Amino acid sequence: MQSPAKFLKHKGWHQTTIIALVGGIYVLGSWFLKFDNLNGLLAIPKAFAWLGVNFRPTANSMEYLPRIWQKLIQTVLLAISSTVVAAIISIFVALLGSKVTGINGFVQTLVRGVASFFRNIPLVAWSMILLFSFKQSDFTGFLALLLMSIGYLIRAFMEIIEDEASETMLALKATGANYFQVIFQAVLPQILPSILSWILYMIENNVRDATLVGILTGTGIGFIFDIYYKSFRFDAAGMTVLAIIIVVIGLETISNQIRKVIL
Amino acid sequence: MINSEETNTIIQKPKLPDSPEIKLHEKSLSRTMIIAVFIGLILITGYTLTHLDTAGVQINQAFKELITTLNQMFLQPNAGTDGVTLLLQALGSSLLLSILTTIIGAVFGFLFAVLASKNLTNAYLGAGIRVVMAIIRAIPTIIWALIFSIVCGLGTTAAILGLSFHSVAYLTKAYSESIEGIDNSTIESLKVTGAKFWVIIFQAIWPTIVASFVSWTFIRLEINFANAIAVGAAAGAGGIGYQLFVASGMSFDFHETGFIVYLVILVTFVLEFIAVKIRRFYLNR
Repeated sequence: MQSPAKFLKHKGWHQTTIIALVGGIYVLGSWFLKFDNLNGLLAIPKAFAWLGVNFRPTANSMEYLPRIWQKLIQTVLLAISSTVVAAIISIFVALLGSKVTGINGFVQTLVRGVASFFRNIPLVAWSMILLFSFKQSDFTGFLALLLMSIGYLIRAFMEIIEDEASETMLALKATGANYFQVIFQAVLPQILPSILSWILYMIENNVRDATLVGILTGTGIGFIFDIYYKSFRFDAAGMTVLAIIIVVIGLETISNQIRKVIL
Repeated sequence: MINSEETNTIIQKPKLPDSPEIKLHEKSLSRTMIIAVFIGLILITGYTLTHLDTAGVQINQAFKELITTLNQMFLQPNAGTDGVTLLLQALGSSLLLSILTTIIGAVFGFLFAVLASKNLTNAYLGAGIRVVMAIIRAIPTIIWALIFSIVCGLGTTAAILGLSFHSVAYLTKAYSESIEGIDNSTIESLKVTGAKFWVIIFQAIWPTIVASFVSWTFIRLEINFANAIAVGAAAGAGGIGYQLFVASGMSFDFHETGFIVYLVILVTFVLEFIAVKIRRFYLNR
């Protein structure tokens, strides 16, 4: 049994070491990257002052609005459709690969490996490779988002199946139901709410990622922001950012309301 | 003697009880909602896919090209003209960038989370911080980096500020959700002893949430590494992302692209491994 004084001393040392370690990494890191902390800090108010002056939408920038809106809706539709297609593919793969519904150990390991591989290939790499073959079209953006989402959703769905469905599955198996009956009558109905919640999260995430994909592949809202930004039409760029904020927060609110009902 | 007629009257067919039909599914708002949302999503997907602009690309041809490219990338990777040393340097600077921004995000995120949690501060301050953070989070990281690059010039400073902004907003939300999950009696009992605000934070709140603090911070580290690559590619902030962009979009050297992708995957595996170890350490304490 430790004495309280000894415990507190040990705890103090532990905390000091961690703080020193993290602080050391920070200082060394800023030195390596030549990051000037003071100038960086000063840049924040400067940046916001600049934003306030240049990004403020003027009466003139209203005429950009229809075009921005059209691209933004297109981006949201792309994000939704890529997520839904990814979800349909992922659910079957996750059923094959999860520990409770999976076929055998080899397939389970394979599915895990493939999902992890897809998830960790940078979105930039997907966008650029696909851009090379599929040229500058919405389909490129769709595929890039799809491949990225599949990696995330397979892993998420497998975890959901393992967490939530194993007991219901056992109950149905005990009645003598066959594999497909178990899947369609026990597993899928049980995990549907959690799956929907993940799909909604992925849609929000994809709308944000679509901006990056758009800048790289020249599609959707990212492309239009890039054009305005690089041609110094900052009021229009500000308008674009404002529209993105409204849509993303709107989507977040809607999905939170849906989650409240279903979970 | 028992004749057959009597047995007939004794053994009667039992009457079926007048039971209502067994319902397989209970009707509830939740079920209706799930079905409605799924139908809606599938309709939107169908509409989008049939109206997708493919810019007149021959899909079969394109897929064939894609397979050639993937073959070059994953089966024949090499360091290309840049050389291994340069690529490793770039990888290191991207990794440092993500660690640095995660540290900034964690420190400021925790401060803001304490000020924004409903069970610790007054409602107006909390609501104000939450709204501001929601707005910051709604703007993609890449746009933050582009905005800061006007003031600081293209380079690491802009990338660090851009990534930090998003990290702070993300972690504030994550941490404050963990803080709000704390049992109120813990806080109340410390308040009764007359403990000051920051004493409560560091003696009651911090030890309770440290495990989830660590998990969220490492999740953000992984996201920040992905974002550091993205910012390097799309905002010219340097690092491995820029090399990736040049190799795949300018010099079309897919062997080098493959090499870079393998490097990135290796780093994310190592990060995941460390995260799992540290998380287990804090959960078992």
